[in-house]
Amino acid sequence: MSGTLDRRWIYLAMMLAVALPILWNGVTGKTFPESPTPPSQACFDAIEALPAGSRVLVSFDYDPASEGELAPMATTFLRHLMHKGLRPVIIALWPLGPTKAEETIANVMKVDFPDRVSGRDYVNLGFQTGNEGVLKVIGTDFRKQFPVDRSGTPVDRLPIMEGITKVGDFPLVITISAGYPGGKEWVQYVSSANPGLVLLAGVTGVQASQVYSYYPGQLRGMLAAIKGAAEYEALVSAAIDGDRVTAPKYTEARRRMAPQLFGHLLLIALIVIGNAMYFAQRRCKAVAP
Amino acid sequence: MSDVIANQSEPTQGRWWIGLFLVIAVLVAIRAGIGEGMGRVYVQTESTSYVSTEGEGGRVSWSAVPGVTEDSVTIDRDVFRTAGQYRAAEAAAPGQQAIRLSWDRTIGLWLAAFFTLAVFSFLAGDNPAYKLTESIVIGVSAGYWMVVAFWETLVPKLLAQLAPDLVKAWCMPNLEGGAFNPVALVPLGLGIMLLSQLTPLGRHVGRWPLAFVIGTFAGLKMVSHVESDIIEQVRATVLPLVVSSEDGSLAAWASLRNVLIVTGVLCTLAYFVFSVEHKGAVGRAARVGVWFLMITFGSAFGFTVMGRIALLAARFEFLFIDWLWLIDPKGERGMSVVAAVMQSG
Repeated sequence: MSGTLDRRWIYLAMMLAVALPILWNGVTGKTFPESPTPPSQACFDAIEALPAGSRVLVSFDYDPASEGELAPMATTFLRHLMHKGLRPVIIALWPLGPTKAEETIANVMKVDFPDRVSGRDYVNLGFQTGNEGVLKVIGTDFRKQFPVDRSGTPVDRLPIMEGITKVGDFPLVITISAGYPGGKEWVQYVSSANPGLVLLAGVTGVQASQVYSYYPGQLRGMLAAIKGAAEYEALVSAAIDGDRVTAPKYTEARRRMAPQLFGHLLLIALIVIGNAMYFAQRRCKAVAP
Repeated sequence: MSDVIANQSEPTQGRWWIGLFLVIAVLVAIRAGIGEGMGRVYVQTESTSYVSTEGEGGRVSWSAVPGVTEDSVTIDRDVFRTAGQYRAAEAAAPGQQAIRLSWDRTIGLWLAAFFTLAVFSFLAGDNPAYKLTESIVIGVSAGYWMVVAFWETLVPKLLAQLAPDLVKAWCMPNLEGGAFNPVALVPLGLGIMLLSQLTPLGRHVGRWPLAFVIGTFAGLKMVSHVESDIIEQVRATVLPLVVSSEDGSLAAWASLRNVLIVTGVLCTLAYFVFSVEHKGAVGRAARVGVWFLMITFGSAFGFTVMGRIALLAARFEFLFIDWLWLIDPKGERGMSVVAAVMQSG
């Protein structure tokens, strides 16, 4: 029977399993509750532990192809940083990273923190080509790789960059990573070379299994795929909003957990049914004369 | 069904696809006729005036100023506005032009929806719409990378080092330094040698820069791999098998976790020791190692599924929220079609 099942029925079932919860969520506005796992809680705690005014290096190492998983993380990271009065210095190892950063800045800083000034409270230093070469250089000379911000202002004139000469001057580094270069390279070239530096990573599902082995030693905290994003989003919403209703733009990851649930249930059911049919067929063949 | 499709002749397949796209077009047309329609993008023009000042070393900087002056330059930017904001502006002042429909961005939205559906259509089989979309993605990506490589690498890291005055006058007025850097001749030479790979006669010349790149990369990787993936990972595996809690009692779960980590590492390593026959204790450890490997692959597959479903959900959200206006989770339009239908029901 399995040989005659058209795979397009599976595609259709998956489409419905993902699409219907989105429509349900769009109408009711309800999301599933999230309990944080230790890696997500560690991300939250590392940011909470910093004193207000601290500079945090945030690397946007992704492009639109991974936006579905990583954009909610980026939004929540920046919201948390700004709410705590921390000052993000944004860079990118992916060419489309600065554009994604600008979108997040427009979505978070300019709407909810309009009093924060670019160059003083946050800055986007843009993209630098060179992959791990960039990480190697900023380990000793940050300004050599990022001499100007995205609008061309020299970093020497930016108050936020005062006293920053190397990546080790940041107490916390966050990478939002879709692949190469990303979380793994930050561990290899930055975390290992700067033992006191706290590194957090938000990674895609594909990358999570590669990066998990670095937690909690070389990687203090980690958001693994959309599940990690939803957990962190719930933590930040609870800390900032309390009992108030969270703005929909800060519930994006949690909204995507209902499709996850039904998509995974379908996949588990398909695997169980497929295996049951396989063993049933094998037994039939063994019994047949 | 796939067998049926596969066995059909080409004209039948063509008719099948035309029929499918016609059905989609009819459904979209019906949706467009319900309520306030769908798939429109509104913008509002925001004007900002800037004046330039020349600082030390001829550095030019621009700063925003209120109002328009003789020396200022005004830049208009179209800022996205929601359909709800447009409706509110129309209600306040019918016929207003402050918030208006953006035709170019609306066409962009519809193209994005078409490309999304065209990529989805590959699930039913290869077809011209998918091939067109695939070609456009490849072409746009290649073009984008070429532009990025030119402006982010060639201009600032090579041309600006070799001819700083020319580059400063041409495209980087705030370029710092300004002195000819002879070291930049080395990457220039290596780059030219690499390009000689394209000619049959110069193929051997192109091997030298390749050797340089591979050697540098290997050296860079070796140190970091040894440090972060061997030394640090070994250190992370040296764990106490019996963990005590603060009050001195046995921390059972932490102990079990450490035992699992150490056992997993040792047994998995045992599986990869091929110089000893997998018999006896080594064989049993290797079999346990295979179980650990299988669980690892399973978790990696689970994470991959999670990632792919998240991406699929994001595309559906784009289709339902931005294009079809079926739902409105961000409250941008006031009410969604699905909610309206449910309320009326």
